[in-house]
Amino acid sequence: MLTSGKTDNSINMIDKTMPQHKLTQLQELESESIHIMREVVAEFRNPVMMYSVGKDSSVMLHLARKAFYPGPLPFPLLHVDTGYKFQEMYEFRDWYVKKVGAKLIVHRNEDAISKGMNPNEFGVARCCGALKTGALLEALEKGGYDAAFGGARRDEERSRAKERVYSMRDSFGQWDPKNQRPELWNLYNGRIHDGESVRAFPISNWTEMDVWQYIKEENIPIVPLYYAKERPMVERGNHLIPAENSQFLLEGEEPKLVMSRYRTLGCMPCTGAVRSSATTIEEIIEEASIATRSERETRIIDHGSNSMEDKKKEGYF
Amino acid sequence: MSIAKQDIELLRLVTVGSVDDGKSTLMGRLLYDTKGAFEDQLQAVRKDEGEGADGIDLAQLTDGLAAEREQGITIDVAYRYFATPRRKFIMADCPGHEQYTRNMVTGASTANAAVILIDARKGVLQQTRRHTHIISLLGLPHLIVAINKMDLIDYDEATFLQIKEELSEFCARQNIHDLICIPVSALAGDMVVERGNNMPWYEGKTVLETLETIDVSGHLDENEFRFPVQYVSRPQTKELPDFRGFMGRIASGTVKPGDEILQLPAGKRSKIKEIITFDGNLDEAFAPQSVTLTLEDEIDISRGDIIVHADKPPHTAKELKAIVCWMGEEPLSPHKKYLIKHTTNTVKAMVSEINYRTDINELTRDESANELAMNEIGKVSLKLMKPLTFDRFEDNRATGNFIIIDSFTNNTVGAAMIC
Repeated sequence: MLTSGKTDNSINMIDKTMPQHKLTQLQELESESIHIMREVVAEFRNPVMMYSVGKDSSVMLHLARKAFYPGPLPFPLLHVDTGYKFQEMYEFRDWYVKKVGAKLIVHRNEDAISKGMNPNEFGVARCCGALKTGALLEALEKGGYDAAFGGARRDEERSRAKERVYSMRDSFGQWDPKNQRPELWNLYNGRIHDGESVRAFPISNWTEMDVWQYIKEENIPIVPLYYAKERPMVERGNHLIPAENSQFLLEGEEPKLVMSRYRTLGCMPCTGAVRSSATTIEEIIEEASIATRSERETRIIDHGSNSMEDKKKEGYF
Repeated sequence: MSIAKQDIELLRLVTVGSVDDGKSTLMGRLLYDTKGAFEDQLQAVRKDEGEGADGIDLAQLTDGLAAEREQGITIDVAYRYFATPRRKFIMADCPGHEQYTRNMVTGASTANAAVILIDARKGVLQQTRRHTHIISLLGLPHLIVAINKMDLIDYDEATFLQIKEELSEFCARQNIHDLICIPVSALAGDMVVERGNNMPWYEGKTVLETLETIDVSGHLDENEFRFPVQYVSRPQTKELPDFRGFMGRIASGTVKPGDEILQLPAGKRSKIKEIITFDGNLDEAFAPQSVTLTLEDEIDISRGDIIVHADKPPHTAKELKAIVCWMGEEPLSPHKKYLIKHTTNTVKAMVSEINYRTDINELTRDESANELAMNEIGKVSLKLMKPLTFDRFEDNRATGNFIIIDSFTNNTVGAAMIC
């Protein structure tokens, strides 16, 4: 337990010294995130929380439950489904959302999916543009949402190091890096014109390590794909690509069983795994603490000419 | 970084300086040695075959926007993260140019400590005084000055002491009480993370040791209790048909069930019934915890109200004076209407008078000023459409600040500290 509940009180009774009014860094981050979520809910007409099923989403959802306890979540969850997610992700999503009693909206770009959009034939940039960014903008417009929570962190990628907690988007969902509002103290300016919207990032100040530590401290369930086991993989360049679905394999690629896990979760064809023997949360933390490469390196989508900054300008999170 | 301990504290800091001061090299060392940057991120910005921290073009790492890389300048505050087994650090990195005063104010607003750099060959410059003044305005408790490039003055102790003395005098006048001066060679690595062998005469802490040990509490809990109400929870569910809880983050002070409270600005009284969190009810809560309060009496409280201890109320007024740092493209001008956002409250306001504009380089006051342009700082008088409950910034950082919003563009155009 993070906040001092019954456990901490009993400690205080034994220890007769003055109570120390100190928060650990995770408790302080937790409090900041809760503050941001409450601000958004208080100031926006129709907020929604992006739910990607990954570990950052799990943490964000957990924080939201804390923020509005004892009441229910005052907004729905939105999963933008490309159709290419791992089976374990769909199973986990449906189980967990039901368990916490949240309302889930799933949106897919059915038009592009029916036309067979895929990264191998059409390229990663076009596939993402249609199935992620396109679908996201469609879903936000359809729901009439004026604020969308996202689980992005500033430590993930360099264009995100300058992202605001409230990221202003025009009526096309686009991000203009030169036209972002200064954010001072804990005062967030959520005033927008009709048609504009805000992407709110309550875990901006969390690092990958913070997320793992918090998952451990709070016992937050995560998709089993984060834990190592023997999985069929092919090696492509520096990447380990999941080979469960043979349609995404290139000619001559032979799957073999590799003890591996995922550091981040995205679409099956575009998410690489890492060799790992970490089967517990403690081992994942140990691994993360000695990692020399960033987690986004396993995302094929961030590399190449279509950078994160370009995608954000087009409306991506 | 070994396995991060769970009970480590958080230090938010702001770093200011221009590339010429060696800020990139210093930060590069901190990030590299504490693993605040990953190999693949560093590889992407390596400028030569250099090993370790030396070959890194740190500006490339933090200047994440294409426009910045094209123009070779930093146009915004960048946030970087690193941790040691003792602490986690959130570092707001600000460019040091004069035209970016607003960035520095932004970066400093959330910080508990500032790190500024001085080139030992040049000593205290106008720029140093400007940065120090802003640190002081924003009420930061600690100022760490890295007197860099000691290698270029043969690690001369006398020069270091002379700069330190000049700074101490200036800081005393600026109301900065905790000034820490450290002689550094970021290039050689002396006194950043490692002590090195070049300055045996210096017995103080290295930059990293300093960051790991300065007091981070801000003593928020010792101040009066202030609880701006963010959101009123009325679930009206089957399980909680009549529940009414006041959600917020404690801005300062501590609170216990049974405490007599006052709701402002209306002035109704009640007692704290419960302090609710997801992890169970608390016997005491303190800043900056986020909690939900319930009261013994059914009194009307909404977002924008503030709950305080009955015997220690803040000020409530329809007029106030504040030091303003202007950030808007259009200058601040008297008689124009703005919105101000203070804690969880947004009210209409009009600038009734500009008392003075500070010459940020000479630190003199121009009382004839009739506007504040972008990046200018001055003292203004404001008239408000309805009463606001506040503290003076010097008494309470959390309830003494506000932002100014242009009601036409909706942009944030000013940062203000109440006098």
